[in-house]
Amino acid sequence: MSSTTKASRIGEELWKTRVDKVNAELVTLTYGTIVAQLCQDYDGNYQEVNKQLEKMGYNIGMRLIEDFLAKSNVGRCANFRETADMISKVGFRIFLNIAPTVTNWTSDNNQFSLVFDENPLADFVELPDDGRAQDELWFSNILCGVLRGALEMVQMQIEAHFVSDVLRGDDTTEMRVSLVRYIEDEMPPEEE
Amino acid sequence: MTVFSLIIINKAGGLIYQREFQPGLRKLSTNDYLVLAGTFHGVHAITRTITPKLPLLTPTATASTPTSASSNLASPSGTSTPIPPTTTTTTTTTTSVAATTYTYPIPGVPATGLESLETDKFRLTCFQTLTGTKFLLFTDPHMANIEVVMKKIYEFYADFVMKNPFYQLEMPVRCEAFDRNMNGWLRGRT
Repeated sequence: MSSTTKASRIGEELWKTRVDKVNAELVTLTYGTIVAQLCQDYDGNYQEVNKQLEKMGYNIGMRLIEDFLAKSNVGRCANFRETADMISKVGFRIFLNIAPTVTNWTSDNNQFSLVFDENPLADFVELPDDGRAQDELWFSNILCGVLRGALEMVQMQIEAHFVSDVLRGDDTTEMRVSLVRYIEDEMPPEEE
Repeated sequence: MTVFSLIIINKAGGLIYQREFQPGLRKLSTNDYLVLAGTFHGVHAITRTITPKLPLLTPTATASTPTSASSNLASPSGTSTPIPPTTTTTTTTTTSVAATTYTYPIPGVPATGLESLETDKFRLTCFQTLTGTKFLLFTDPHMANIEVVMKKIYEFYADFVMKNPFYQLEMPVRCEAFDRNMNGWLRGRT
């Protein structure tokens, strides 16, 4: 509990003092355009669109983590629960000004859900009415990639996917995050 | 208040950036800088592995051994056993495991490796980010608040290098804005 409140405080402080703000509509429209363009480019192959969004997110995450660390000045998390709090209360807070709820932990503490009460990426969005987008497209899939990329850079291999989205008519927007393993220092093979 | 130069080493030990901040400093050859980066990377890794480790005796392990033994002894006399009957076997395994496991003096805080190196003439401060990138700053040995400079440089790096979409990760840094901003800021401090 204390790590949660500590994370909240850090996130709050950073948001107020260190973060450059940008117009929310610009973000929403830019992201919406990207997704719409991908849907067009891949001719409505939504699986492929999901994959591309995840990949884009991955590349963002690998870079964004340095900004996160440089700004927040936080140390290494002691366990995955602390990591989850950091992601929600500091990460999402400073980059999107939201703090998704961390919930549904598995008993081994290796899997949790992020439940998004609000999602700035999806404001104004209605999925296409072609009978497939509602079932196949994960509109905010870029976020899964961001988490994967960012955590990989701090030696955590994770898997993230959406399990529900209010855009599809679900009650909540929920992302499932699972820790695959901690990446140990690995010697590059050519240094043998 | 002198910052001589800066070296950035990627997580594989490759030199990705090198700059002097004082005019006319004697330069090493490019090859020497590469060797320096690689050598430092190796030494840094060694200092991490030679960090003294203590045998792991966690409070739970030390506490459970005597209590479970005593409760097993006490159970015939009618007292309730809080620990399941299998403890006799597990107790022996935990002690043997504990004897072969070692931990750092403060568990939970991983070993950092070499942080600073000092001579009469200069001090080398190493800051390793959680992502594995190392910043080596050569300064005057009497300079104070190096961590402030280091933190600012890391921020410049995050901004002008990592956020430059055309910078390829782990490759040499050739970002003019990074140089310009860092130079300007360092000059402003002196």
